[in-house]
Amino acid sequence: MRAADIIFQADNVSATFIHQFRADFPILNLKIGDKPLVYLDNAASSQMPQFVIDRLVRYQTTQHANIHRAVHYLSEIATHEYEMARQKLQHFINAGEAREVIFTSGTTDAINLVMHGYGRKFIQKGNEIILTHLEHHANIVPWQMLAEEKGAIIRVVPINDAGELLVEEYEKLFNENTRFVALSHVSNALGTINPIKEMIAFAHQRGVPVLIDGAQAAVHLAIDVQALDCDFYVFSAHKLCGPTGIGILYGKAHQLEAMQPFKGGGDMISSVTFEKTTYNEIPYKFEAGTPPIAAAIGFGAAIDYLSNIGLDSIARYEHELLTYATERISMIPGVKIIGNSSSKVAVISFTMEGIHPHDVGTLLNQEGIAVRTGHHCAQPIMQRFNIPATSRASFAFYNTKDEADALIEGIQTVKKVFLS
Amino acid sequence: MSSKTIYQEVILDHNRKPRNYGSLDQPSHHAIGHNPLCGDRIDLGLDMTNNQINQIAFHGESCAICKASASMMTTAVKGKSPEEAEVLIQEFRNMVMGTLNLSDHHHLGRLAVFEGVRDLPTRVKCAILPWHTLHAALHSVSSISTEANEEVSQTSAISV
Repeated sequence: MRAADIIFQADNVSATFIHQFRADFPILNLKIGDKPLVYLDNAASSQMPQFVIDRLVRYQTTQHANIHRAVHYLSEIATHEYEMARQKLQHFINAGEAREVIFTSGTTDAINLVMHGYGRKFIQKGNEIILTHLEHHANIVPWQMLAEEKGAIIRVVPINDAGELLVEEYEKLFNENTRFVALSHVSNALGTINPIKEMIAFAHQRGVPVLIDGAQAAVHLAIDVQALDCDFYVFSAHKLCGPTGIGILYGKAHQLEAMQPFKGGGDMISSVTFEKTTYNEIPYKFEAGTPPIAAAIGFGAAIDYLSNIGLDSIARYEHELLTYATERISMIPGVKIIGNSSSKVAVISFTMEGIHPHDVGTLLNQEGIAVRTGHHCAQPIMQRFNIPATSRASFAFYNTKDEADALIEGIQTVKKVFLS
Repeated sequence: MSSKTIYQEVILDHNRKPRNYGSLDQPSHHAIGHNPLCGDRIDLGLDMTNNQINQIAFHGESCAICKASASMMTTAVKGKSPEEAEVLIQEFRNMVMGTLNLSDHHHLGRLAVFEGVRDLPTRVKCAILPWHTLHAALHSVSSISTEANEEVSQTSAISV
């Protein structure tokens, strides 16, 4: 069968595929002025299906109490649902044990937890931390703070013009002082999927642990932390159709156990006297204070929802959408796509000749189209391509080809306004 | 005025052909305005003699709203005293922040075309940056930023 035939057949599948799930998202029925909303800012935050909204309401109306404390009915059920959510996350990423899943307030919080819990304990003066040029500020700044505090050194993996990591250069950065690697699974600004499995393996051959920032990956790709063999994997719920204010840190049990706590308080202790405090077991050692219980349970519901669709189906459909939109956008004169790796999630970052991204964003908004404009919290990437900012359209499985067409039409409208 | 009309012909025209674009050899007053959030950067110089802005020039990288605002600002303040310029700065700022009623007495003239920016909260900083830069230049503050804690910021008086 020729490739074209396969695409043709997949096309029919995807129309039904989308129809089925799009209706689950009430917000997608909104109008912006008199234009239907075309939501293409999913890399910043995805939308929430009714299933998750209902779960939050059910928790709040029938199950809420504080967890891990009282013996009464509501506390027991809230604790049970919270721990069930942890197990859902465990299975979602194929972690070996539920206690390897720590609830955090999000990706940024999780990276900071590792910086404080692992970095401040084990990184010393003169040690080196490897980052990449593709990182979000959340995976740069905490390590810079650590380096400044400890006198450690940050080394950066360069990228090529397509926005891909130079793996040979990465390997050359290792030396006897290398103590940690922190890299993104998927670039938030460009969509590049990094070859993390081989990069992790390379670091491990030299005994160096690796943290993977999965914020942009987990909603697009099936994650198997045991197959990846990463030491840490972090992501946020709100990019996976879940609530804001919750995310996870996956860590290998032995790493988490060796780490010092990040925040002190209730729930993270097993006993407290004024002379000595004994810390709780993992995961509780890292969950001080009352967590966002509703958000964690909503996160679990979002995982159920996504698992029901299947990450492989999502990846296949989104790739089709990406190919469709990329082909058409790249044909528009004066439009340049930044990040042309053959291995990408459905993110299209672009610039328009002579037109600032903020003007693009405002004009697209007038057409009801939501894209992100700016540096995407990834200023080093912008510097690498010598541009101040880009416009970024990021797709989810609930977006349609019609919406890709609306974007393309919107880009033509922007050109008309500016270049007529 | 709705946000639909912010990209009016006069703004697009000043973006395409900015007036007083370039730099002065030896400006008596100079400032650089920077919005690190979007990368907008306005370098503004002016020559003041006899308490009058005799020459003014700007250059930099910015969006259309910022560039048009800078261009129209330079034409508006040329020949004015610093006091008159400060009045315009205040009125322009109040207009885009939505606290100036254009039916009241004001001196903005054609600058009123920027009124629609007040319906675009994320773009207010773009329109206002050149004016903050002018204010900084008049007060001989060499570099300003729309983000108060940004490194280049040397004044705490500027916040938008």
